[in-house]
Amino acid sequence: MNKTDFLKKHRNDLLLIGGILAVALIAFAVFVLTMKKGDMVTVSVNGVEKFSYSLNENIKTVITTGDNGERSNVLVIQNGEAYVESADCPDKICVGHRSISKVGETIVCLPHKVVVAVVDGN
Amino acid sequence: MKSKTAKITFLGLATACALVLSYVESLLPPIWSAVPGVKVGLPNIVIIYLLYKVSFKSAAAVSFVRIIAVSMLFGNVMIMSYSIAGAVLSLGVMAILKKTKAFSTVGVSIAGAVAHNLGQIIVAMVVMQTKEIGYYMIVLCVTGVLAGIVIGIAGGMLLKYTEKIKL
Ligand SMILES: [Zn+2]
Repeated sequence: MNKTDFLKKHRNDLLLIGGILAVALIAFAVFVLTMKKGDMVTVSVNGVEKFSYSLNENIKTVITTGDNGERSNVLVIQNGEAYVESADCPDKICVGHRSISKVGETIVCLPHKVVVAVVDGN
Repeated sequence: MKSKTAKITFLGLATACALVLSYVESLLPPIWSAVPGVKVGLPNIVIIYLLYKVSFKSAAAVSFVRIIAVSMLFGNVMIMSYSIAGAVLSLGVMAILKKTKAFSTVGVSIAGAVAHNLGQIIVAMVVMQTKEIGYYMIVLCVTGVLAGIVIGIAGGMLLKYTEKIKL
């Protein structure tokens, strides 16, 4: 590989990185700008909506899943925000997730197939 | 490659390397993971090496044998479906970009890593019947770029230092 070839390839690499990051950034901006505060939280298990709660109440509830209810995620709603306080899933990604309050925001527990989503109740 | 036996032996060794790298990666803290299975992608060093040095077919074969072995050893069928979707998309994109000759191994591996993440998230969206996790795609583009740079540099170095070795 000669030198111009080398430089050209690295320029293209940078363009590729720039392109991917630009797409991600634009998508992120669109997400943030189109978000509005929700008033309901829905809990889906395996893609099926199981429960819904109002974001205006303060609630602490245990979502049990699995064939014998052996898996659990503790959902807390406080001051208009929802978060998973604790869970017995292996990765704990849902517990580490920040609180959600805007329409379309979700907390996903992939191991338990649980999705907590903020929706517009009206 | 001189003989068929030599090729089989070599690809067997490459698969073993990829498996060891999978294991090493499983020991690292999951800083990259927003969804299970999203990692730096150390085994991809082997895949890139094979793609450049041997053939697309060998790279694809080693990639699938690795996924099946890892799923049997440490995972389950669920993880396997995520990994295969990621691998198919990643291999396809890398092969196309390599063919254009417009990118270095860094560019090829970045595109591969991002495609890998997208493949996994698409399966997750189908499995969980939810569009909402599409949000993760943004995070995954960024982590894919970072992982791709690391793997691309490593793969490029490996190719450079083994340039004189005739397979
Ligand atoms: Zn979880």
